[in-house]
Amino acid sequence: MKFRTILAAGLMALGLAGAAHADDGLDNPSRNPFYDGLKGKRVVFIPLAMGFDLTEGWAAIMRKQAADLGYTLEIRDPNWSTDAGTRALTALIAEKPDLIIAHNPDVQSYARLLKRAMDAGIKVVQLNLESVVPTDAYVGADWSRVGYIEADALVKQCGTGSGKSGKIAIIRGQPTAASDLYELYAYKQTFAKDPAIKIVSEQAAQYDPAKARAIMETVLQQHPDLCGVVGNWDNQDVGAGAAIQAAGKANDVYVVTSGGGNQIGCDNIQKGLLDLIISYDVPLQGNAINQQIVQTLLSPAKAGESKTSYYTPLTLLTKDNIGARTCWSLDQLK
Amino acid sequence: MAKARLSQEGVVFALAVALFVVFAATLNNFLTAGNLIALVRSVSILGILGLGMGLVVIGRGIDLAMVATMVVSLSWVLSMAQAGTPFDTALVYGALLALAIGLASGILIAYADIPAIFTTLAMGLVMYGSGRAFLFQIDVQNSPAGVAWFDALGQGAFLGLPMPIVAFAVLAALVALVLMRTRFGRFVYAAGDNALAARITGLPLRPLIVAQYVISALIAFLAGVVMAAAVSGMSTRVYNSTMIYDVLLVVVLGGISLSGGRGSVRNVLVGTLLVGVLLNGMTILDITYTTQNLIKSLILLLAITVDSFINPRDEQTSQQSQGDI
Repeated sequence: MKFRTILAAGLMALGLAGAAHADDGLDNPSRNPFYDGLKGKRVVFIPLAMGFDLTEGWAAIMRKQAADLGYTLEIRDPNWSTDAGTRALTALIAEKPDLIIAHNPDVQSYARLLKRAMDAGIKVVQLNLESVVPTDAYVGADWSRVGYIEADALVKQCGTGSGKSGKIAIIRGQPTAASDLYELYAYKQTFAKDPAIKIVSEQAAQYDPAKARAIMETVLQQHPDLCGVVGNWDNQDVGAGAAIQAAGKANDVYVVTSGGGNQIGCDNIQKGLLDLIISYDVPLQGNAINQQIVQTLLSPAKAGESKTSYYTPLTLLTKDNIGARTCWSLDQLK
Repeated sequence: MAKARLSQEGVVFALAVALFVVFAATLNNFLTAGNLIALVRSVSILGILGLGMGLVVIGRGIDLAMVATMVVSLSWVLSMAQAGTPFDTALVYGALLALAIGLASGILIAYADIPAIFTTLAMGLVMYGSGRAFLFQIDVQNSPAGVAWFDALGQGAFLGLPMPIVAFAVLAALVALVLMRTRFGRFVYAAGDNALAARITGLPLRPLIVAQYVISALIAFLAGVVMAAAVSGMSTRVYNSTMIYDVLLVVVLGGISLSGGRGSVRNVLVGTLLVGVLLNGMTILDITYTTQNLIKSLILLLAITVDSFINPRDEQTSQQSQGDI
């Protein structure tokens, strides 16, 4: 092994020396397969919907690379309709693009179609929300881990030894989405370990801040000594934060949620509506998905042959650590 | 006939009272002033939309575009305000847009004789689609900061009541006044009860229908203003929710008959109250999301069934040119 490395290094040095001798530089021989393998390829992205921070952020980064490397990126926007998404997928299976990037509304709806797409020879990458069917790759948050971190943070605030009531409200998003199911499991596992923690409410707000606000108003009436709230998404839970602030309890109730690290989320921390956001960092995810797109397109493996996951890094955002450059805005990515 | 048996409004009101008593007896802190205010507040926007829907349903129509009108006109207003248009000017544009939507629906229904249910369903889709394509890019629009009256509308209170409740009360009084005390209001009942007879009597039937949809669109716009103030923004995702069915639930549950000509603002209030008590109680009881939806839809089904028993389809209703919805 060692011998081989030395040999390789030696050969490389010789090659470099030769090139240097010629004084014309060297045409990198591995360049062409990279670019040629990507040129003209067709990638289609099916988001939950366009028009919100996560998907607009990813799309901006993906578009840039597509234009740069000469493959096409199309977006089929089902606009929150699972039905429209299913139709788009069915149509794509007939159209045979080279790669489908799927953002699953729940763990079941697209599962069978994604498998059919792979059987038809189309490679599939799932982005940030996975289905029960593993595909060529998953790039996105590890929702279970997000859930454990959120729950641990709340146990620290409200659990045994904190001297607080231990009452916690869970605000779910869409009760069938991967993020929701995996997070909920992590919450329940963690909270069960601490006898001081009591889950007093578990309601779904369906990503709607107005609904989150209405739920939180009622819960606060019922449990004025509520200690913490754990929610599914910052864009939604800001409604719960508003209800808590309106009740004058912003300092008593600790609100934990997760999100893409958008500037609006950070502003909401500054305003005291949210206390902790587990950020899955959309710009970072955008770079990861770009890398995965290239790798999957260039890979000689057939669709569905090798299955990988990359869980993107998480950042914890609180009032103490957010600065001018911590959070992103869409204009920066475009 | 109404004397002999209980009206639906009576049944629903009794049901609301019964639920209220049960919740008050069994749930801690249900009967506190704070919770009751939260209860009404949480359904006040639904109630405002119910007023517009109620008026149209009394006139034997239906407006499924209300939520779309609300979402699109207000999102446009907020996005214009963010882009630097003065907020008041933006509001005028928004109101004009809502008016145009109502006018378009009304003209199609009244003059082209397209059934209201299809016209407004399609109009909602068209408006939402063109809004997303041309009027605003991001699906959640934030309210502009520093508009004093707008902040007061969202956060302020009058005599201890949050402003959304006050707005609901004022609008309810206005619509009740229009329905009961104006010629237009009586015409709406007449047209809803029997459109052909109303026409033969000499009522301007078609302009009357157009006016109903214009009013419901403007009420939807006002509901949007209150909503945007209350949650300091407008999420276009509201359009994809079941809100329009909740509005119908409020109206039909309250006892405004889908066959037209019957009901009043009181029915909307009763319906709103029942839905409010129900939602509040179910949230306190921590009933799961799916079960809540199941309970809500079963109650709607029950209300429609009761409606068709109390207001049976008869020779007269079935002969009307507008057809049943």
